Amino acid sequence: MYALREALAAFRRAPLLTGLSAAMIALSLFLMGLFGLAAYNIQRVLQRVEQRIEVVAYLRDDAAPASVTAAQHEIEQYPEVREVLYISREQALRKAQAELPEFRTIFAGLESNPLPASLEVALQPNQEGPQVVESVANRLRAFPFVEDVRYGSDWLGPLYLLRRVAGVATLILGGAFAIVAALIIGAAVRMAIYARRDEISIMRLVGATDGFIRRPFLLEGLFTGVLGGTAAVVLTFVVFDILSGSLFRLEWLPDLWVLGGAGAGALLGVVSSAIAVRRHLGEV
Amino acid sequence: MISLLDVHKEYARSGAALSGVNLLLRKGEFCFLTGHSGAGKSTIMRLIHMAERPTKGEVRVSGYSSAKIRPKEIALLRRKIGYVFQDFRLLEDRTASANIAFAMEVTGVRPKVIRAKVGRLLAQVGLAAKSEALPTELSGGEQQRIAVARALAHDPLVLLADEPTGNLDERATRGVFELLRDINASGTAVLFATHNLELVRRNPGIRVIELDHGKVVFDSTAGNGGR
Repeated sequence: MYALREALAAFRRAPLLTGLSAAMIALSLFLMGLFGLAAYNIQRVLQRVEQRIEVVAYLRDDAAPASVTAAQHEIEQYPEVREVLYISREQALRKAQAELPEFRTIFAGLESNPLPASLEVALQPNQEGPQVVESVANRLRAFPFVEDVRYGSDWLGPLYLLRRVAGVATLILGGAFAIVAALIIGAAVRMAIYARRDEISIMRLVGATDGFIRRPFLLEGLFTGVLGGTAAVVLTFVVFDILSGSLFRLEWLPDLWVLGGAGAGALLGVVSSAIAVRRHLGEV
Repeated sequence: MISLLDVHKEYARSGAALSGVNLLLRKGEFCFLTGHSGAGKSTIMRLIHMAERPTKGEVRVSGYSSAKIRPKEIALLRRKIGYVFQDFRLLEDRTASANIAFAMEVTGVRPKVIRAKVGRLLAQVGLAAKSEALPTELSGGEQQRIAVARALAHDPLVLLADEPTGNLDERATRGVFELLRDINASGTAVLFATHNLELVRRNPGIRVIELDHGKVVFDSTAGNGGR
């Protein structure tokens, strides 16, 4: 009860200092929130692009229909594969004419259909990693009637690289901002300890335990962290609302991320306070 | 109850503060600790309070040894030791009663008990009428009385008084000294560090230990007429 009262009293006694601490935590977590929002939306875009990845096996002109049908059934059994479509030469031409109207005159002048038949292989969700795609492509190449296999190998690599970079950047920048927030909380706790040094020295004098002396500072860190975390979530949402209403079509963060952000604020507050208290309590 | 056995204390910067001090303070005893500034009086107080450990030797207080005591036990031990200082060390933003109550609040005493005890302690130090006064509204002597009341909050076995009258005029000095004598009469031992030799001379029946350069150079026994 004493710890709770003192932790709350700290906000009343030094509103500027505690307000500044909470504001700095909010700012740090807000920046993390913005970056998280960007990272999440990049991730979502990549997921949508990934869903469109398919492996296309072009067939020799002399491929026996029975062999192709048997192969189609076999490929459909691969655990990575969602669907296999057989596209005949005529379907390929019709599709090309529909999708490439600017070449209509060229298509009209053709004496024979130059396009090969193909098998279009769509992959299961979350099975679009470069190794998986390549593995499926290699197995398709092994069929004797397959002339060539295409799966966008030239742009698939950079796509996954971009996602990895986004993930690593999230971790590095998130970590950096977390450290900044921890340092700010630590400085605030140090100032709070210094401001209450007389009280702490009397507490020691009359026999208060170390745990008892530390408790108000830990609670203060918790409250500051929760306050900062909540403010950061609100600020991030405001920015999201403004941006998605004007410039971009953005998706709001999943609830778990939001809760995680607020929880991270609280955890950051407590842990930073605990470290600062351990370090600086001996100085007074 | 309190014993210092061949206690040495050295500081990295200032060198030896105590050199081979042997001292025994019995239960309920009143004892002056005298000597010039830097003689080692405050060091002995801090060692008894376990705020510091001896470089060599052992300090024993109420069954606890400086060689073996654990941090949590130090907190418990301090509840058996009252401590008053020359500069009072009251919390300026709290009233007299809140300063006394603070000592009990931070050691987990129940509010009901605190309320009753604060009233009793204020009456004991003669300041029942000033319970809501801030320290800045009290005289030096009154502030020291509040500090004494706070030191008595846990019914200590011993009261360490480190130059408690150093900032007080003659009349207030006499008042605080008489208060400490009354407290001692009710069974609490008092170790009274002072360089006020006039006060010592005026009370010849009280044991005197004199320190010089970290060594005990004189130790009378209670009732022998002092020096």
